[in-house]
Amino acid sequence: MNKFTEDDLKKELETKEYEYGFYTDIESDTFPVGLNEDIVRAISKKKEEPEWMTEWRLEAFRVWEQMEEPEWANVNYEKPNFQNISYYSAPNKKPKYDSIDDVDPELLDTFKRLGISLDEQKKLAGVAVDVVMDSVSVTTTFKKTLAEKGIIFCSISEAIKEHPELVKKHLGTVVPQKDNFYAALNSAVFSDGSFCYIPKGVKCPMELSTYFRINQAGTGQFERTLVVADEGSYVSYLEGCTAPSRDENQLHAAVVELIALDDAEIKYSTVQNWFPGGKDGKGGVFNFVTKRGLCEKNAKISWTQVETGSAVTWKYPSCVLKGDNSIGEFYSIAVTNNYQQADTGTKMIHLGKNTRSTIISKGISAGKSQNSYRGLVQINNRAENARNFSQCDSLLMGNKCGAHTFPYIEVKNKSAKVEHEATTSKIGEDQIFYCNQRGIDTEKAIALIVNGFSKEVLNKLPMEFAVEAQKLLEISLEGSVG
Amino acid sequence: MELKDKLISSFFAFEENVDVNSDIHNIRSAAMKNFESLGFPSKKEEDWKYTSLNSVLKEDYSIFPKKEDAIDYKDVKKYFIHDIDTYTVVFIDGIYSSHLSNTTHDKIDVCLMSSALTKDKYKPIIDNYFNKIAPATSLNSLNTAFSKEGAFINIPKNTLADKPIQILNFSTGNESALMLQPRNLVIVGENSHVQIIERHQSLTENSVFTNSVTEIYAEKRAMVDYYKIQNDHSSASLIDSTYVDQKGESNCSVHTFSFGGKITRNNLQFFQNGERIDSTMKGVTIIEDKQHVDHNTLVHHIEPNCESHQDYKGIFDDKAVGVFNGKVLVEKEAQKTNAFQSNNNILISDKATINSKPQLEIFADDVKCSHGCTIGQLDEDALFYMKSRGIPAKEARALLMYAFANNVLESVKIPELQKRINKLIANKLNVNLGFDL
Repeated sequence: MNKFTEDDLKKELETKEYEYGFYTDIESDTFPVGLNEDIVRAISKKKEEPEWMTEWRLEAFRVWEQMEEPEWANVNYEKPNFQNISYYSAPNKKPKYDSIDDVDPELLDTFKRLGISLDEQKKLAGVAVDVVMDSVSVTTTFKKTLAEKGIIFCSISEAIKEHPELVKKHLGTVVPQKDNFYAALNSAVFSDGSFCYIPKGVKCPMELSTYFRINQAGTGQFERTLVVADEGSYVSYLEGCTAPSRDENQLHAAVVELIALDDAEIKYSTVQNWFPGGKDGKGGVFNFVTKRGLCEKNAKISWTQVETGSAVTWKYPSCVLKGDNSIGEFYSIAVTNNYQQADTGTKMIHLGKNTRSTIISKGISAGKSQNSYRGLVQINNRAENARNFSQCDSLLMGNKCGAHTFPYIEVKNKSAKVEHEATTSKIGEDQIFYCNQRGIDTEKAIALIVNGFSKEVLNKLPMEFAVEAQKLLEISLEGSVG
Repeated sequence: MELKDKLISSFFAFEENVDVNSDIHNIRSAAMKNFESLGFPSKKEEDWKYTSLNSVLKEDYSIFPKKEDAIDYKDVKKYFIHDIDTYTVVFIDGIYSSHLSNTTHDKIDVCLMSSALTKDKYKPIIDNYFNKIAPATSLNSLNTAFSKEGAFINIPKNTLADKPIQILNFSTGNESALMLQPRNLVIVGENSHVQIIERHQSLTENSVFTNSVTEIYAEKRAMVDYYKIQNDHSSASLIDSTYVDQKGESNCSVHTFSFGGKITRNNLQFFQNGERIDSTMKGVTIIEDKQHVDHNTLVHHIEPNCESHQDYKGIFDDKAVGVFNGKVLVEKEAQKTNAFQSNNNILISDKATINSKPQLEIFADDVKCSHGCTIGQLDEDALFYMKSRGIPAKEARALLMYAFANNVLESVKIPELQKRINKLIANKLNVNLGFDL
């Protein structure tokens, strides 16, 4: 695993797309702050959306107005003033820095340790990049490969224009506009996001990733992702970035919808490392995400997430197992340090016969952070022979943090088999002693043990993510011992 | 008239019969105010998400039963654990029945809440203990407002209660619908030991709604075993709230056996105010038809080096609904805590439902906490094995259910009670296994 060097990454950068033409050229500047119907219309107009889309957004907005911000999560934060946010801002085309030497050395150090190539480092930090690689030709090859297979992978705004029938058919079917407060908000004002359609029987030849287009400023805040895998298809989708992203938006409310039709499989991996706030708990991103997937017959959806960033995380990637024999999986590592708060977990709704779900959740809390697992396993009365296995392990470092588990289990069918296990413990002193004895210092020993603790989840990540995620865990927990 | 309004107006009538100048009266009025503002819990509250009281609250209950009704011992003998000598405190429609009871003031006090609340010699105890740990939820407040009668058990320092104590609450059904609010107080002094059995039983099919609150105080090194038998008619609903305050090195266990009733809600909370405390809560629930049993438990680990064990088993048939909401809360001072929680359920019918929410909230790092929850069926292979050896299907199933519930049953420390519960289960499953398990 350690052999994954800068060269490899560079090579990968060359073979994969990093600037996948997601830019929609937008001329206007930032909209005035506040939110009302006019703003929603304006956003829609700006994006040159058809009438039905504008109506769809307005419908969401009207519902949102009636809703109240949820308070049940085990997190404390000062509520954002929704009338104090600008809901549309043009991407900042001007680079933040002229040369890499101007960038915060601490940030660069982190990049280096994550094994991110120099070119990419510049990109991530917002430095003007001299294009080393022939991006045009890469783009073409990449697009060609996908187009040959009939795969559509583009921004959602583009999809609304180019493939309205697909978007119209699927948008909002898994996460309806009125699903919850943040989903409604997102539906009304979403700025951009990704759309992906895999045709019948096609196995997507590469990992679709939003990783390499991180410099798309302004789309992040209210991102909307829709992935549709048609019958018998397969896709692996990567989202996020291990590199610390200095995003200026405090509030993020994204919606991700996955639709796996009969026999299809979607694997969705996320690495989230947004600004978690300072050591004193000031600042940081609020991450309120609604992610949900729908499985038809024999379909499979697998969520894998590594959550290390954000000051407040509120996120429950879920699976609705509608079709018979469908499978839902959820693998999660959530690390909180300093004053971070995470309330995350999953929902597995078993509707079809012989449906199976697996939940593996690993929570690691350090510093003064609070880490909660909140999950629901629901077996409806028609879900014969449904099977669920859940395991939630928490690791505590120090006595100022907290670990919480809120599993909800609702079973209405006698043939269901549901198992739930949870443990909470600290890193054993004997384990650390054992490492020390063999010349591994305490900090390294902890990294080793944490990696072992999270292994089941790390293994589920695509290779290039796994290596970085492992290092990321190490960095996130740095200085939390002693 | 809505039950809430009826209770509020009844409170004025209630006040006329009690001493309004006592301290207790202030507690009652404050509690009534609290209930007035809170009202009955609804499904919107997280703690009541899976249990609705609507069907219970719509009845027109009498709040004050008429005078004491005489019941012959022979009619109710079967509800007593009569094969051993015990102290008994019996209430009929909420009123103390002297001829069925066997109370004492010799070394230990096994008597009535009404006398503890009014007699001067108990005033220091009441001041110290009454309504100190029961949280001011709406139903607790309602009980506190109408608190007047119940069992009062006071075991002084270094005393062994020489025999178990039974608390029986009968309702006669002379009223078409009756609401009862017994209030019990149990104080167990340092190094003392007591065993208590509690039962609520209605004698007819008329509706009864019992809102019972019990406060238990276990001083240092005290040992308390508390058993609850809930096997009432399907017209009787019970809200049984029990709060246990434990001091250092004490050992407390509460066993709850729920086999009957319409809606049964058990609120059971342990507060560990000392080191090296052991708390145990176990339960067996076997229900069918439209019965509903809800176990809501909390163990609050406040100080270091304590243990808690929770073990709840449930078997649900027909349209029965089971709810388990267990919470373990470990404060950051409570290092070296060992907390275990397990909830196992078997669904016999497709219409039965189980909602389980085992919850951990942990703020200390050096702890061992785990919980497990399973939902499944009887093992088909085991059933086949027994059938192939000539054991009829019904008996084979019953055997497996016994085995399933066994580690709760075998921790019952009174052999006669254990036998009784085994019999209740056999009746419930409609089998005669021909031997004692």
